[in-house]
Formats: sequence, structure tokens, C-alpha cells
Amino acid sequence: MAPAISANKLTKWFGEGDLRAFAVREVSFEAYFGEILFIVGPSGSGKTTLLSMISGILRPNSGTVAIDGVDIWKLASDQIAEFRLNKVGFVFQDYHLFPRLTTAENVAIPLILKKQNWDESIKKAAYYLEIVGLKNKAELPPVKLSGGEQQRVALARALVSQPDLMIFDEPTASLDGDTGRRIMDFVKNNILTDKRCILIVTHDSRIFEYADRMMKMEDGKIVGIEKGRND
Amino acid sequence: MKGILKLAFKLLVNDKGKYAALLVGITFAVFLMVQMTSIFSGILAKASSTVINLGAKVWVLDPAVNNVANSIPMPDYVLNAVRSIDGVEYAVPMYSGGALVKLKSGVFQSVTILGLDDNSLVGRPELIEGKIEDIYAENAFIVVDDAEISKLEHPRTGTEFELNDHRGVIVGIAKVASSGLFGIPTLYTTYSKAIQYIPSTRFTIAFILIEPKSSDAIPHIQNQVKRLGYEALTEEQFMQKISNYYKYKTGLGTNIFIMTIVSFLVGLSISGQTFYTFILENLEKFGALKAIGIKGKELVYMILFQAVLAAVIGYGLGVGFCTLIITIAKLKVPEYSANITFSTLSFAFVMVLIIAGISSYIGIRKVLKIEPFDIFRS
Repeated sequence: MAPAISANKLTKWFGEGDLRAFAVREVSFEAYFGEILFIVGPSGSGKTTLLSMISGILRPNSGTVAIDGVDIWKLASDQIAEFRLNKVGFVFQDYHLFPRLTTAENVAIPLILKKQNWDESIKKAAYYLEIVGLKNKAELPPVKLSGGEQQRVALARALVSQPDLMIFDEPTASLDGDTGRRIMDFVKNNILTDKRCILIVTHDSRIFEYADRMMKMEDGKIVGIEKGRND
Repeated sequence: MKGILKLAFKLLVNDKGKYAALLVGITFAVFLMVQMTSIFSGILAKASSTVINLGAKVWVLDPAVNNVANSIPMPDYVLNAVRSIDGVEYAVPMYSGGALVKLKSGVFQSVTILGLDDNSLVGRPELIEGKIEDIYAENAFIVVDDAEISKLEHPRTGTEFELNDHRGVIVGIAKVASSGLFGIPTLYTTYSKAIQYIPSTRFTIAFILIEPKSSDAIPHIQNQVKRLGYEALTEEQFMQKISNYYKYKTGLGTNIFIMTIVSFLVGLSISGQTFYTFILENLEKFGALKAIGIKGKELVYMILFQAVLAAVIGYGLGVGFCTLIITIAKLKVPEYSANITFSTLSFAFVMVLIIAGISSYIGIRKVLKIEPFDIFRS
């Protein structure tokens, strides 16, 4: 079985000539289905750039990324967008929920983008809101929810299209310790499956215990891959 | 695509403050543009009122004449020459001029006098009071019951006035299709009486009205009249000439055009600014949508749909509001000249689509530029 993610000598730089600055240098690693892989490291170490290249958002200058055996950067831009829609679920640090839509409508967005029927999408969204424990908040706008609840809405939105790869960007950065742990417990126990790989970029050492493996980055390079504390 | 457009609709409409501001901007612009162009259209229609009311198919005039109010009299031989042109069924003289009448109260009032051919009364108005044959009576005049009639102190049949020391009597009251531009009452009489009562130049025929044997004969008639040194215009051509005169030679057209452009710019700035703010506020969310997997063209459709939707609703509101104001104004001020025509509506619609296009273009550029990578970096 192919690894969930196979990155080979990924390199990304910004600027040209004397101003060229390497964000990621020849990074290679693999991640597997059924695994939670943390990418940790100080600010500016290249975590976000690496995450963006893996998820099909930022084109690398060199190297390849294969998701479930598909070399994503060989696809046309529309195909990459289609790939992200079908295969990748994002949970952004700031959630990026539309404040003028209801919670259910926010969650249904990936399904709507997949051209599924509006009412069916809302029904499915309500089901995923139930999974994340927000069944009775479906009709509320996100601004009426707490930070933890908004995080769970973002989680439901990422889950609704049943992606193989889930990407969390600093998922607990704006949550208190208890809420952060509750979210991570939920991710570990309910979201992670044998057919799903979860990649988490974080600074938050409070949640390191949830990692199966932790990949440390510094200056655009992987400086070590450790087994998580829960192993 | 339906779901994506519904999403776009909800994003726009649920942001009530911006949606309202957007609609107000477009509605205001449409209102001003339709109002301006309708007033101009009304002015042009009124400027051609005599042409419309007399209903002659072909008018002969001096080429230097630009409107009915300022005619250049033609010698009698022109009438005879026109009558002899092949294809002319009949041709009659017409007098048009201004005069001052002294009313019973002693007040002087300007009037337009139209003198109809004595034999045929071609161009006679439809009477709502009195009999047309009474126009042949001594001192007889027919007054037009339009918005200006009150300036003659509400005359009835038998009302007397003075015109150049001649006694004048109202023998009939007529209605016409269109009232005049200059806000003065109109009196009809016979051609002979008009030139007798009003001080005239050597030549007295203001216009010659032609009934051609068929419409096919008109080009030949026009050629022959041209050889005489005069101009033969169909009703539509004459109205167009009058219209062109007011558009291009009086400054009126330029002023209305400038006002319309200002209205357009006001609408564009309000709606463009509001729409741009709307896009800016949602920019990160649009970036997130891109990260999730929306395609660039779908984002363009969403933004275009939002802009066009606001434009069409604003257009409807603007036209409705303008229609309401014009209707009320016409009820209160009968001489108010504003005509909402298909052309004015089409013009405003095109302008509003341009507003939507420019507003959405700015938003689309911004949204297409945002990289999903920036969403992670933020």
C-alpha cells in the first residue's frame, strides 16, 4: 500500500538572485494512513511552507509530493483544486468560517463546491455537526459560538467530504488547555481512521502527546523525526 | 453551479448593511440617470410637439430652420412649385408665430399662433368643445387645453381677448397629443387670419405641409424641393432635426450628458467602494475557499453573480422609484416634461451593467490574487 504522503526532496525558495531565501530545502519524508504526524519547529522553520506544498496549495521549486500514490504537482491547476476538494480537509488556525452563513451552511461548503444538492449538503452538514457535538447549533452563525465550538465547526467542515488527508494548522493555538485537549481527544478517537492520515502543524507542546510521530524542522530542514509520547 | 450561486447569494444578502449600501448606490445612480435622460427625452418630445400635433407626413422648410418655433418664412412661389411636384397629393401653407394677447384682466400673455390652411384646415386639432367650422368666424381662435391654458385665465367658448388691437374670441377648445416646450398657450386659427392679425414679414409661409401620394414618392419630392433651395423632411426626420438641435447646439444635451455621467460616477463610486469593502472583508474566506478547492472560474462566477444581482435589483428599484417620482410630479405639475422611454431604460441598464462590471472586476482581481498559502501564513 502506498504511503499517504510521500515527499521527495521538496524545495521552496522565495525571491531571486541575492534576495533568494530558502524556506524548505530538500525535505523528504513519508506519512501513513492511520497516523497523526506533527510538524513542529520554531517560527520561520518552514512548517507552513511544507504543509502548503504537501496539500497542493504552494508549488515547490523542486521535488515531488505524492498523495496516496498520486504526484499532485503533475496535475493541472483545476485538477489540483479538485484533488484538494476530494482528498484534503483543512482546519485553519483562524477557522475562516463565513460569519454571514449558518454553522450548517459553513460545514456544507465543500459539498456545495462538489456540486451536491443544497438541501442534501445541509443535511449531511447537520450530521457532521452532530458528530462534533454541535447538533443544536446548526442554525446559528459562527460568531455566536465559542472558540472551541468554532474549531469544531471547522473540523466538521474539513470532515464532511470524508478526506483521506486532514491538515490542521495550529489547531489549539487560540484555545485554552482543556478545550485544546478535548479537541485533540476527539481527533484521536473519532477522526483518525485506518484510511486517514492527519498532519498537524503546531507550536503547542501541550498537545504533543497526541502525535504518533513528530517531525522537527529548523531552517527549512527536517532535523529529526521522533515517535510520539503515546506510542 | 446552482449551489455555488446560492452560496454567493447568501454571502451577499446576509451582509445586510453592505447589501443595503450597494443597493442604495445603484438605485440612486439609476434613479438619477433615468431621471436625467427622461427629462431630456421629455424636453425633446415637447420641442417637437407642433410636428406631432399637426401630423403632416412631409414638412417643407428653410434648411436653416432648426425647430418649429423659429421658422424662416418662404415666398408663395415655393408653395406653387411644391404643389406641382410629381407625387404630391396636396400641399398647404402653415403659419407659425408668436404673439402677445391682452387678457380680460389686462394682463399680457405670450401665445403661439398656428395658422391652418383656410381651405383644408390640414393639421386641425381634435375639439373637445365647440365646432371646427367656427374657426372661419370673425376673430375666431381655438385654444389648446394643455398644461398652459390656465395662463389665459381658463378661457371657455366665448372668452374674449385682444391681439394687436384686434378682438379675439375663443370658439373652441381642443386637445392635442403633446403640449409645447416653452410653457406658453397655443391658439389655432386660419392662415389668412393669422397673417392679418399678426405683424408679418414680406413672406408669411412658415412651413408647407405635404401629403404625398405614397411613401415611395417622398424621396422624389425631397429631391425636387432641394432643387428649389429648401428642405423637405418627413415627420420623423424633422423631429430628429429638432432633437439634434437641442442635443448639440443648445448646450442642453451637453449639460444633461454631464449630469448623467456624474450620476453614473456617483453610483459607481458608492457601489464600487461598497462591493470592494465587501470583498476585502471576505478576502480571507475566499482564500480559504480556494484552499478547500474552489476553482478560479467558480469564484469569478460567484462575484459576478453578486455584482449583477445587486445591479439588477438596484436597477429595478431605481426605475421604480423614478417612475413613481415622475408620476407624482406629473400629477402635481402638468407641464413637467419627463418621458421614460425604452431608450432611457436601455441606456440606464447598460450603465448599471458597467457599474456592476467595474465593481466586480476590482473584486475579482483581488480575489484571484489571494493565495491560499497566505491563509496559512496569516
